[in-house]
Amino acid sequence: MSRPDASLERRIGYSKKVIEHFMNPRNVGRLEDADVTAKVGSVACGDLIKLYLKVDEKTERIEKITFESYGCAANIATSSMLTELAKGKTLEEARKIAFKDIADELGGLPRIKMHCAVLSKTGLDAAISKYYAMKGKAKIDDTLVKLLLRGVLDPITGVDIISSKTTDSISVQDHEVAIGLRVDEKSPIAKELENDIREAFEGLPVTLKIVFKGNSGDSNK
Amino acid sequence: MVQMIYLDNAETTPVDPEVAKIVLEYMVEKFGLPGGEFGHSLQEEATEAVEKAREVIAAKIGAKPSEIVFTSGATESNNLAIKGVAYHPLYRKRRVVTSAIEHKSVLDTVLNLRRLGYRVEVIPVDSEGFVKMDRLEASLEGATLVSIQHANQEIGTLQDIKVIGELCRERGVLFHTDAAQSFAKEQVDVEAMNIDLLSMTSHLIRGPKGVGALYVREGIELQPLIEGDGRERGLRAGGQNVPAIVGFAEAVKRASPEDAVRIRRLRDRLIDKLLQIEDSKLNGPMGEKRVCHIVNVTFRYVEGEALLLQAEMQGLVCNTGSACYSQRLEPSHVITAIGGTHEDAHGSMRLSLSRMTTQEEVDAAAEILANVVAKLRSFSPLAKRRM
Repeated sequence: MSRPDASLERRIGYSKKVIEHFMNPRNVGRLEDADVTAKVGSVACGDLIKLYLKVDEKTERIEKITFESYGCAANIATSSMLTELAKGKTLEEARKIAFKDIADELGGLPRIKMHCAVLSKTGLDAAISKYYAMKGKAKIDDTLVKLLLRGVLDPITGVDIISSKTTDSISVQDHEVAIGLRVDEKSPIAKELENDIREAFEGLPVTLKIVFKGNSGDSNK
Repeated sequence: MVQMIYLDNAETTPVDPEVAKIVLEYMVEKFGLPGGEFGHSLQEEATEAVEKAREVIAAKIGAKPSEIVFTSGATESNNLAIKGVAYHPLYRKRRVVTSAIEHKSVLDTVLNLRRLGYRVEVIPVDSEGFVKMDRLEASLEGATLVSIQHANQEIGTLQDIKVIGELCRERGVLFHTDAAQSFAKEQVDVEAMNIDLLSMTSHLIRGPKGVGALYVREGIELQPLIEGDGRERGLRAGGQNVPAIVGFAEAVKRASPEDAVRIRRLRDRLIDKLLQIEDSKLNGPMGEKRVCHIVNVTFRYVEGEALLLQAEMQGLVCNTGSACYSQRLEPSHVITAIGGTHEDAHGSMRLSLSRMTTQEEVDAAAEILANVVAKLRSFSPLAKRRM
């Protein structure tokens, strides 16, 4: 069977640039000598990225940045564009990249895919903040913990566990972080959430304590 | 023009060019509408064509022509069957039974009956998509209608509708089956299978879109959804889509049991090749209990929408149950009903064959999928490290 050229120019929703970055994503793969990594998103939502950054300690410039993705075309394209925008910038400059910049540079995103740009931006913020904390240039406090938890998604709703109020309590004392979750320990999502949270804190000099405070409301989900 | 391997025939099929010729003839030349008992020649010509088509459809399922009602497709047929029973004052029991993996035109229609005070029972399925028979049997007491499909639209499971029909008949419960995916592909006999209502569609067997039929066993009364001129035995008013109906019948005539055998052989070849890709698994059963044209495989560590687009760039058109591909961002209700995780749904690809599909196309499709799966896994954070 044949049909008109399949260049996908008329692809509903996606711009040419999105398709181009999706087909030929820039800066992909693991970075073995990364100084900091950040994993945001969830497998259950089909929307997950991991960023790897190599930072020059003196100038705080991002020398290398790569990503891995488990997600749709928009997830791959936004991550690809994010790495292009962040590469060579100082951490402070990179922080100013807005999710809208990523979408604009891609020639726009379908509304229902805008969350992909938000997720990649969240990933970059998490990586930068983690880097500062690891170098002792920032305190490990409530704000940082909340930022990292914004990268963890509730597997059922797809909403981050701060906005979805899945997170019940946060306490930070020196290098001990305790996180209370409104999830039953026996719930099928408990293990997955714990793994995602632990990965979000990977590389940080903290001891992590995760407490499940199940309420009956969650059990019938 | 570029070559395309089209393996989304469970979504829709191209009209057979021979069918299209006849459709055109009934659009521009024999353009009449069936009239009353005494019509002019154009009306008589149209009446004759529609009645002949009715005979063809009826013969295919072992029914009488008078038991066939033409509709706009399987969605309308499903609605007419379910609401036609539920809205009719004759049926006093207020309970409807269906399965968890039905097409949305059945599932949503049945669930919405709750607003009218109906009780609804959704029977779960096992890991291959077969309705749990003990649960079904236990639900029949006091039920008005059971609506359980023949072939599943995503994973191809063929329900044992003969047994389900028997159980319903013994208890005096009406039995409707949505045969959109199996009609003119698998054996369907309304007598042998104890079927009371059966939905069919044209566009999945290389007929035109916008036409289908509902089999209504003689003696069963339905409340029509569209009223007006009393056409189609008063069950579906409005001028018939004569060209589409004639095309539908022609498509049925051109579907042969030998095709099904050949398609099934290609289906199994495709399944074999796809399961050779690492970390993949088949959704739905193997063998005779799977409809001849549907393959559904989950590839772990990768997401379906990305796979789909990558595959299309290489000339393969197929489908996915991934949430990212649906407008509602919900994963396939069929994959989750068979116990699959969201991840299983995200990575599920449906490839569906037709009688035009060739062995070369099947082989090329498997190769394309192997390539794109490998490409996406090469930068997936979930994929196993092989270094």
